[in-house]
Amino acid sequence: MAVVGQSVPRREDGRLITGRGHYTADVVRPGQLYAVMLRSPHAHARIRSVETGPARSQSGVRAVYTGRDVRERIAPIPTAWIPPGSDLAITEHPALAVDTVRYVGDAVAMVVADSLEAARAARNLIEVDYEVLPAVVSVTDAVREDAPRVHEGVPGNVALHWRAGADVDEAFRTAEVTVHRTIVQQRLIPNPMEPRAAVAEYDPGFESLTLWATSQNPHIHRLLVSTVLGMPEHRVRVIAQDVGGGFGSKIACYPDEVLVAFAARDLRRPVKWVEDRQEHFVATTHGRDHVEEVELAGRRDGTITAIRVKALANLGAYLSTAAPGVPTILFGLVVTGAYDIPQASVEVMGLYTNTTPVDAYRGAGRPEATFLIERLVDAFAAEIGMDPIALRRKNLLRDEQFPYTNAFSITYDSGRYQTALDLALHTLDVPRFREEQEAARLEGRLIGLGVTTYVEMCGLGPSEVAGAVGFQGGLWEHALVRVLPTGKVMVMTGISPHGQGEETTFAQIVAERLGCPLEDIEVIHGDTDQVSMGWGTYGSRSTAVGGGALNMALDRVIDKAGRIAAHALEAAVEDLTFEGGRFAVRGVPDRSLTFPEVALKAHLAWSMPAGVEPGLEAQASYDPANFTYPFGTHAAVVEVDRETGEVKVLRYIAVDDCGPLINPMIVEGQVRGGIVQGIGQALWEGAVYDETGQLLSGSLMDYALPKARFLPPIEVFHTETPSPHNPLGVKGVGETGTIAATPTVVNAVLDALSPLHIKDLEMPFTPERVWRAIRDAEKGAGAR
Amino acid sequence: MSMTPFRYARPMALRDALADLTEHPEARVLAGGMSLLPLMKMDLAAPERLIDLGRVQELQGITETPDGIRIGAMTRHFELASDEVVGRCAPIVAQAAAHVGDPQVRHRGTIGGSLAHADPAADLPAAMLAADAVIEAASADGSRMIPAADFFVGPLVTELRPGEMLVAVRIPMLQGRRQHYEKVPHPASGYAVVGVAISLAVAGGVVQEARIGVTGVAGHAYRAHAAERALEGEGLNPGVIAKASSLAAEGEEILGDAVYASAEYRRHLLQVTLSRALQRVS
Ligand SMILES: Cc1cc2nc3c(=O)[nH]c(=O)nc-3n(C[C@H](O)[C@H](O)[C@H](O)COP(=O)(O)OP(=O)(O)OC[C@H]3O[C@@H](n4cnc5c(N)ncnc54)[C@H](O)[C@@H]3O)c2cc1C
Repeated sequence: MAVVGQSVPRREDGRLITGRGHYTADVVRPGQLYAVMLRSPHAHARIRSVETGPARSQSGVRAVYTGRDVRERIAPIPTAWIPPGSDLAITEHPALAVDTVRYVGDAVAMVVADSLEAARAARNLIEVDYEVLPAVVSVTDAVREDAPRVHEGVPGNVALHWRAGADVDEAFRTAEVTVHRTIVQQRLIPNPMEPRAAVAEYDPGFESLTLWATSQNPHIHRLLVSTVLGMPEHRVRVIAQDVGGGFGSKIACYPDEVLVAFAARDLRRPVKWVEDRQEHFVATTHGRDHVEEVELAGRRDGTITAIRVKALANLGAYLSTAAPGVPTILFGLVVTGAYDIPQASVEVMGLYTNTTPVDAYRGAGRPEATFLIERLVDAFAAEIGMDPIALRRKNLLRDEQFPYTNAFSITYDSGRYQTALDLALHTLDVPRFREEQEAARLEGRLIGLGVTTYVEMCGLGPSEVAGAVGFQGGLWEHALVRVLPTGKVMVMTGISPHGQGEETTFAQIVAERLGCPLEDIEVIHGDTDQVSMGWGTYGSRSTAVGGGALNMALDRVIDKAGRIAAHALEAAVEDLTFEGGRFAVRGVPDRSLTFPEVALKAHLAWSMPAGVEPGLEAQASYDPANFTYPFGTHAAVVEVDRETGEVKVLRYIAVDDCGPLINPMIVEGQVRGGIVQGIGQALWEGAVYDETGQLLSGSLMDYALPKARFLPPIEVFHTETPSPHNPLGVKGVGETGTIAATPTVVNAVLDALSPLHIKDLEMPFTPERVWRAIRDAEKGAGAR
Repeated sequence: MSMTPFRYARPMALRDALADLTEHPEARVLAGGMSLLPLMKMDLAAPERLIDLGRVQELQGITETPDGIRIGAMTRHFELASDEVVGRCAPIVAQAAAHVGDPQVRHRGTIGGSLAHADPAADLPAAMLAADAVIEAASADGSRMIPAADFFVGPLVTELRPGEMLVAVRIPMLQGRRQHYEKVPHPASGYAVVGVAISLAVAGGVVQEARIGVTGVAGHAYRAHAAERALEGEGLNPGVIAKASSLAAEGEEILGDAVYASAEYRRHLLQVTLSRALQRVS
């Protein structure tokens, strides 16, 4: 029976849910010390002085470092994405603030002590004399003429200015219909179950450093940490074995892990740092945070002709590792969505503010893009009095248009958009829903339907494109397949799963190809000493790109094993079949060898075919020809409580196409989790700062993550359209739910509110916001 | 997460616990730890001594008395929610307890801890007010009875004096009263944005006596006296319900927050919530 396509239980779960995982916080090294960071309570302040004397003299305290102590010894923390033509204003990001703090949470000092308690107690004794400066919090503040400067050398707080597309002014001037919306993409705070952590150990004999870190990309961490610390790359080992979720927030190289590594080297003792949840809220990167002016032009018959987007993107106080690419490349190039929109223009201004740095958060740019086009399509439909589903159908890309190159020269690989739409609509039974809606409205109840047709650009990506768009790395992937003498298989992959389940799906790919049982396969990741190279897990790339590399390496192993088998069976390679883990001479089934038998022969090497080396191991690097483009249709039915403003999701239907499913259960898990996160943005989540830059929503008591009880069962369906350029046909599924769910629910709520002529609302749709909108609308109606 | 070091005592008898508390005025008593331990982990509380009440026999158990029930301070929310006696004699208490947090919290947290902690958004205080509960407090000098209506003084502040401990809660027999607890939970914390507990004595379609406890909207849980008066002597018809609901905040300073619900919205939500609670029992 085929292994690929089966919902094999996740092999990693046994260890993870019984507390036997190897998370960074679980690492205990002999003689380890504990580090804590002293963080700025102010969003913007000059540091007049830092008094560390009393802290240093506490018993058990090994060191107290300030910005001045480390500035000559730790290079600034770099950004790794420099979009061409964006005039990126790169500013110095010191590991510890030297004379200015720029956000609440900016680290000012690090205490290292024998125990966590001693470190925390000593931290309380550090006296920092701050001169508080006016802070810039929102992008609208940041662009004001009289706005304070976050960085002295950056006038207007403009970190980047990026444009793409063509001039669409003419299209807008001559359009029969235009619609305009102002969209506030509120700031979100990623909250993986596991906060960040780092443990570092320096070996003075080998002059080498081992860093255990919560990383989505240990090889990138190795590169950046070694660079920043001035250590040769080959003397740095980064291990990120079990990582408890990241959602993008563990891509970045943060000051914290660099400081921990620095201290371990400086003190010649292992040092451990574990972020606590409160610290996480201010010190780990945030996501989204745009204010956008968005417009659509088209004809009365529903044809969309052009889109224009102007966005202000909040990048926070410093440029985090991938930050500059998120609101530009990953956002701007896909704002045309799943539709055939010939003309498009995007302009993005990235701004520095006195807030926590913003970087990738599940979907990274693509949720923002999808949100605006899906809002615009609904607005356009309302404007011309057309059903929004019909409008989508009219403008959706048709099957025969693939491969389709959009207005930004991005080529979508394959798609059957109408099929996914049909399946969602059929499941929903739209005519019946509309009847129910009509009946409900007569009773004064507000129910609504939102439908989103989306496409995502993921499976990052072709390295040539990475270079062209300024990503300071490659985006290919590496895999090594090592077959042991007993036929057991070790796979070393450069991706770095942190919840996505590739230990299982990759084992399924191997089992399928080699015909060996899953138990015979070990998938190893997250260790730069064990894995040759890799770029990590983000951008829904792991199976699309890492799986591609694995598949290539398997081709090579099978090819070599075949030659060894042919030699042993005294047959020509062409005459062999390889099925169910057995090489056999075609037509002579009893002349055969199992895969383990061949593996043993390869290792014994008593008799090898000419020109074939002993052993059975192959590696491959796969650089994809293109991104992959999953797509689908999501639909939500919601009810708004007219009296309280509370929104209830009554039904949620997802039809996604991520190509062939290797493990449907894992895919479904990704889809559901993503949807819940996307609905979280629509209804509950949002960072709230006051005007001085204090984070008011700074704990899980205030920042509302969705809970299971908030939502109905999610109905998940798939169509399977392979990517023509991907070796496995797979497209990636880690982010689609988040991308599609937010506009789906928002559009559903606005549909519910449409009898009150409420056209727009700012996310999250908290009961109070909805209630105010209803009250204002009712007042207005009363006045009319 | 770590805590500042502290001393720990685990008395077996109430007398010893009270003596310990008298001897160490700086000590805090520890019940379920569901509120105290987070404060300590966040460095917001750093008691030098904890007196664990977990083994104190006198604080355990629910007993039926001639005029109602007596609930020991260490009774867990889970027990309140599932106990047969509480369910029969004071369903409002059981119902409110079932709304506290999640199963883990309900299995650790106690009625004594919840009331003594006096979180302005906690559920049980509202139920205590609606139930006309009396709080039994004890110190080394003796014990006294505090009506629930006088017990909650401010955010995290109660009538308890230093050296005093909450020993039990006495609840008069509520069987036959129309009771309901209506809660709008905060999506992040799960605490009440608004919580309304009502207990009505109704005879011949007319409300004889009304008790309304409100939590979540002010500095402490309070009794909505004006709304109670609007119900008493009336039938539970829509006009009366609307009138009473509109008085739910009368005389109180309604507090809002900048993240989720303003004072204005809470005031509105309180009205809707009381109205819904009253509709449930009418
Ligand atoms: C995740 C979570 C969710 C929660 N959700 C809710 C909710 O939805 N609604 C709600 O109402 N509550 C909620 N709580 C709080 C919960 O109800 C606690 O049980 C309660 O607030 C405190 O009870 P405790 O027994 O744990 O007390 P502790 O935490 O042990 O003590 C709290 C305080 O009371 C004092 N104290 C304890 N017992 C006594 C006594 N007998 N005499 C005098 N002082 C005493 C302690 O010294 C301390 O100051 C939640 C808690 C958590 C952790």
